Amino acid sequence: MTRIAVVDYGAGNLVSIEQALVAAGADVVLARRPAALAEADGVVVPGVGAAGAAMARLRRRGLDDPIREWIAAGGPFLGICLGLQLLFEGSNEDGARTLGVLPGRTALLVGAPRLPHIGWNQVERVGAHPLFAGIAVDADFYFVHSYAAVPAPGAERMVLAHTTHGERFVSAVAQGSVAGVQFHPERSGRDGLRLLANFVGLVRSPGAAGSLDLPTTVAR
Amino acid sequence: MLRVRVIPCLDVAGGRVVKGTRFVDLVDEGDPPELAERYAAEGADELVFLDIDAAPDGRGTLLDVVRRTARRAFVPLTVGGGVRTVVEMRDVLRAGADKVSLNTAAVADPGLIRRCARRFGSQAVVVAIDARRRSGQGGADEGWEVVVKGGREATGLDALAWAERAVEAGAGELLVTSIDRDGTGAGFDTRLLRAIADRVRVPVIASGGAAGPDDFVAAVREGGASAVLAASIFHRRRHSIADVKAAMAAAGIPVRPVSGAGA
Repeated sequence: MTRIAVVDYGAGNLVSIEQALVAAGADVVLARRPAALAEADGVVVPGVGAAGAAMARLRRRGLDDPIREWIAAGGPFLGICLGLQLLFEGSNEDGARTLGVLPGRTALLVGAPRLPHIGWNQVERVGAHPLFAGIAVDADFYFVHSYAAVPAPGAERMVLAHTTHGERFVSAVAQGSVAGVQFHPERSGRDGLRLLANFVGLVRSPGAAGSLDLPTTVAR
Repeated sequence: MLRVRVIPCLDVAGGRVVKGTRFVDLVDEGDPPELAERYAAEGADELVFLDIDAAPDGRGTLLDVVRRTARRAFVPLTVGGGVRTVVEMRDVLRAGADKVSLNTAAVADPGLIRRCARRFGSQAVVVAIDARRRSGQGGADEGWEVVVKGGREATGLDALAWAERAVEAGAGELLVTSIDRDGTGAGFDTRLLRAIADRVRVPVIASGGAAGPDDFVAAVREGGASAVLAASIFHRRRHSIADVKAAMAAAGIPVRPVSGAGA
């Protein structure tokens, strides 16, 4: 069975992601300490809330460097919501320095009519990726956030999808074995479970994960 | 484009979904996880459990219900009713809820909103405002007053001022219920909704008074609501979620297609 470590840094509801991954066919362990990562086939960092507080909690549990090392070693990784934002270099929210795995920053959705951006919205794909296999190119997913990742100029190739709430923002990225989604697949019904099952499938067959780096343009 | 959410609300007591008139004459309507799964399959965009259990061990029973629901219904779940502390909120989130709605306890201690938002993020904190229309001696409209304890107790607080204060303290959403309309089927109080939606930047969830699909349209069009919540019209199967969404779509309101629901 494919073992997925869900990183637990004390951020509220982990039951949803745990249960959704189980429904998607994974064996789930909650990783409160670095040792749990060593036994995992894939790693998921969930989370909501502020970047600075989350980074402080990750550091306190000694999880920040092991996560960086996991990613550097090419381990399959999925960041969800704040877990996506943490992959970038820093947050304009509180000036926090984050994991710095992907080039770019996290910024407030200044053009949004209302914040937080809460609810179902269309995820409009610009690149094909096995993470979205079997999911419509403009499927609805559930969002809860006020900030979004802004990849550095020249790094747009990592962008898999955009979503619009007053302004267009990046709602999914992938680079190598690392992927991140701004929405909550664990709260997005059938399509959300499918995305998680796709991730579990990529973890299971690293051959498929090798194609992660090559998003091709989807005709729309 | 962001969809306007349709949210069924389930009253939960003794581990069961119950339905009554203003908390009396409760009738057993089924197993919460089972109903939650059914509503999710029928297109519910979110679910709300309102804990109306007065039993001493009611909290433990509710947490068990939340845990069982999280295994079956993969849509967002808000739990309201009786949360008074950060620790109680933590327990509800750990059981599998995404948000907690604070009502009476927040009015008594507005600092609770700030503490909960700081600990779990604003997105997890919904402040529920039960409002009653004030009528002046000449019958003139004099705004709305916040009431608590299921509408039994007036607070003297102005509902619009309280809404602004709650958001300032960290509420990520406001669940606005018209106590005048609740259970009457007279439609949402769209003037109340509009007055609050114009004053805050966070999403406003309309509640209280829905009788038919047209009421949902009015809550969005006239009231400016970002989401619409209802209980009895769904439970009694007077209207399906699909009916409501079809009416909203026909009125040009963006909704999530029901066919994309499920799981």
